[in-house]
Amino acid sequence: MTTSSSVPGAVISASEGLAALVDVLAEDRTVIGPTCRDGAIVLAEISTADELPHGCGVELEAGRYRLVSRPDAMIFAHSAGPQSWKTYLHPQRERLWTVDRDARGRLAFQAEDVAPPAYAFLGVRPCDLRAIAVQDRVLGGGPHTATAYRRRRERAFVVAVECTDPGATCFCTSMGSGPGVGREDGDAAAYDLALTEVLDDEGHRFWVRAGSPAGERVLGRLPHRPGDAPSRVAAREAVAAAAQHMERAMPPVDLHALMAGSLDAARWDDVAARCLTCGNCTMVCPTCFCTTTEDVTDLTGDHAERWQRWDSCFDLDFSHLHGGPVRASARSRYRQWLTHKLGTWHDQFGESGCVGCGRCIVWCPVGIDITEEAAALHAESADRQAAAEETP
Amino acid sequence: MRPQPVPYDGGARPTLAVFKLASCDGCQLTLLDCEDQLLAVAGRLDISHFLEASSAVRPGPYDLALVEGSVTTPADAERVREIRSAARFLVTIGACATAGGIQALRNFADVEEFRATVYARPDYIATLTTSTPVSAHVPVDFELRGCPIDRGQLLEVITAFLAGRKPDVPNHSVCFACKRRGTVCVTVAHGTPCLGPVTHAGCGAICPAYGRGCYGCFGPSASVNLPALIPLLRRDGMSDDDVRRALRTYNAASFAEVEGAPS
Ligand code: SF4
Ligand code: SF4
Ligand code: SF4
Repeated sequence: MTTSSSVPGAVISASEGLAALVDVLAEDRTVIGPTCRDGAIVLAEISTADELPHGCGVELEAGRYRLVSRPDAMIFAHSAGPQSWKTYLHPQRERLWTVDRDARGRLAFQAEDVAPPAYAFLGVRPCDLRAIAVQDRVLGGGPHTATAYRRRRERAFVVAVECTDPGATCFCTSMGSGPGVGREDGDAAAYDLALTEVLDDEGHRFWVRAGSPAGERVLGRLPHRPGDAPSRVAAREAVAAAAQHMERAMPPVDLHALMAGSLDAARWDDVAARCLTCGNCTMVCPTCFCTTTEDVTDLTGDHAERWQRWDSCFDLDFSHLHGGPVRASARSRYRQWLTHKLGTWHDQFGESGCVGCGRCIVWCPVGIDITEEAAALHAESADRQAAAEETP
Repeated sequence: MRPQPVPYDGGARPTLAVFKLASCDGCQLTLLDCEDQLLAVAGRLDISHFLEASSAVRPGPYDLALVEGSVTTPADAERVREIRSAARFLVTIGACATAGGIQALRNFADVEEFRATVYARPDYIATLTTSTPVSAHVPVDFELRGCPIDRGQLLEVITAFLAGRKPDVPNHSVCFACKRRGTVCVTVAHGTPCLGPVTHAGCGAICPAYGRGCYGCFGPSASVNLPALIPLLRRDGMSDDDVRRALRTYNAASFAEVEGAPS
């Protein structure tokens, strides 16, 4: 973004500026943003900025989520809602192809080819920006691209919003994915606009940076003023403070190696005794991508469809081969989830599958905490090593 | 040896029979409730025995038999063997037929006492001391759960039978469907007790979508950890008695068999 000022970016007000942003985006896009519903801040289609969660906050703990009203008017001071952007980019169910049989018994296959919706995602947190990049590599990269995903992704306009009030379950700092955007490692998805919310004596406003020509065009249409030093400093400080009061962290060890060395750990039995194998963790995780397919036929027998739907390594059918599931025990299923997420994901995709959003901690009904499990595995492995060194 | 499904080959329509044992009729009514699809079903299957729809009855054998209800009398036990021998493909539908239904509460009580208290002439009553699923008496080819069953799943079972394929009826928990549907978890966000994590999917996670906990109408899922769930139910305000009662409804007998179930 170029402005006449020496400070990069621009400033928009939290009232007219944000309202105009939603209006401009809604002109030719489906705007998805946070909004309050059923006692949570969910993602949903919005048509005006009034629908955003003004003054709403959340109290998060393992297995617990409570919507609270904040003492201030902050709009984006919350985290770890029950859905992520994969709800839109990688929907829970989609048709892949249909086939019809004509009177002479000939089959005609038709690949699903509907125009992808043009989304504008408003309020993508830095961890989720990273999660989108992770799914880009899984679904959009490699020799076998998920075409529908890629088309939705290419058309999406991303408005990132930095975090100033992380929840008690967040640990993005230790995963290097937040709470600010545009960190040096640079492997997050590109944003079109990045916003940082500031509320102080100077007013309620956003410091805005454009990350693409499309972002610059949108910013140019908003009532804005050039970036000023106080706004930029306030924004930077708020994000730095967020990093400071991040309550959870992954153990600072090589998690990839820890997972590879922990396949026989006793901790898996401990967590399996607590785990419901309900699959909630994988459904809420913004990077979990696994799907299965189902074939639907109609009563005439002349029309069939293949659909793809989310699956989970906690589902017994997920590993069902001839004769039964390969991963029958809860131990083997939890181990699959954690060792893939933190370990073998590196082998497959060259990075971690966890971005530290904390959703799996919050939305696990029994509050199983991925950071606590990793720490326990690390402690067990350290004990094992110490014991081995003592043995002559 | 279980019979194999008969794929529709374009010849004579396969015959369908619907039978009822001890039950409320709700599950077989689900078939009549198929509205737009009902005519298509009748077009593909020759409905030979369905007393709820027509008193015209043709004798077996039947290609597909749907059986509702549990076995609670010596006569039912005999009848279910007759049904089995007349059916090529036998599908039991609903909590009664697949788990013994709410009437399986008798399995935990003294039936003699009930008989003496309830009936003026207890000696007229021929009843078994238990209510059991059809599968406890004869081999069953497919069990469709629910109280009542889900219409979409029933059509899927019939359609799959016609196509000679396995029905797509997942064995995982209600939570899977709840999250796919985008519902805010009532346990995590509201502290409402919910049986979803141990309950077989199939209803589409209706109750949590209306802010209520799952009642367990579809019985235990394929992967249940009751000792992990019960402390949550207790935390969210249920007494030990409430927990016992919650697990002793339409699928009382099948939840009672799960490890860690309250006695
Ligand atoms: S594993 Fe948990 S914390 Fe990590 S990205 Fe997935 S949901 Fe978020
Ligand atoms: S870790 Fe929690 S959310 Fe995941 S399957 Fe186990 S109980 Fe369910
Ligand atoms: S509301 Fe019930 S069924 Fe839905 S995710 Fe929560 S525990 Fe599972």
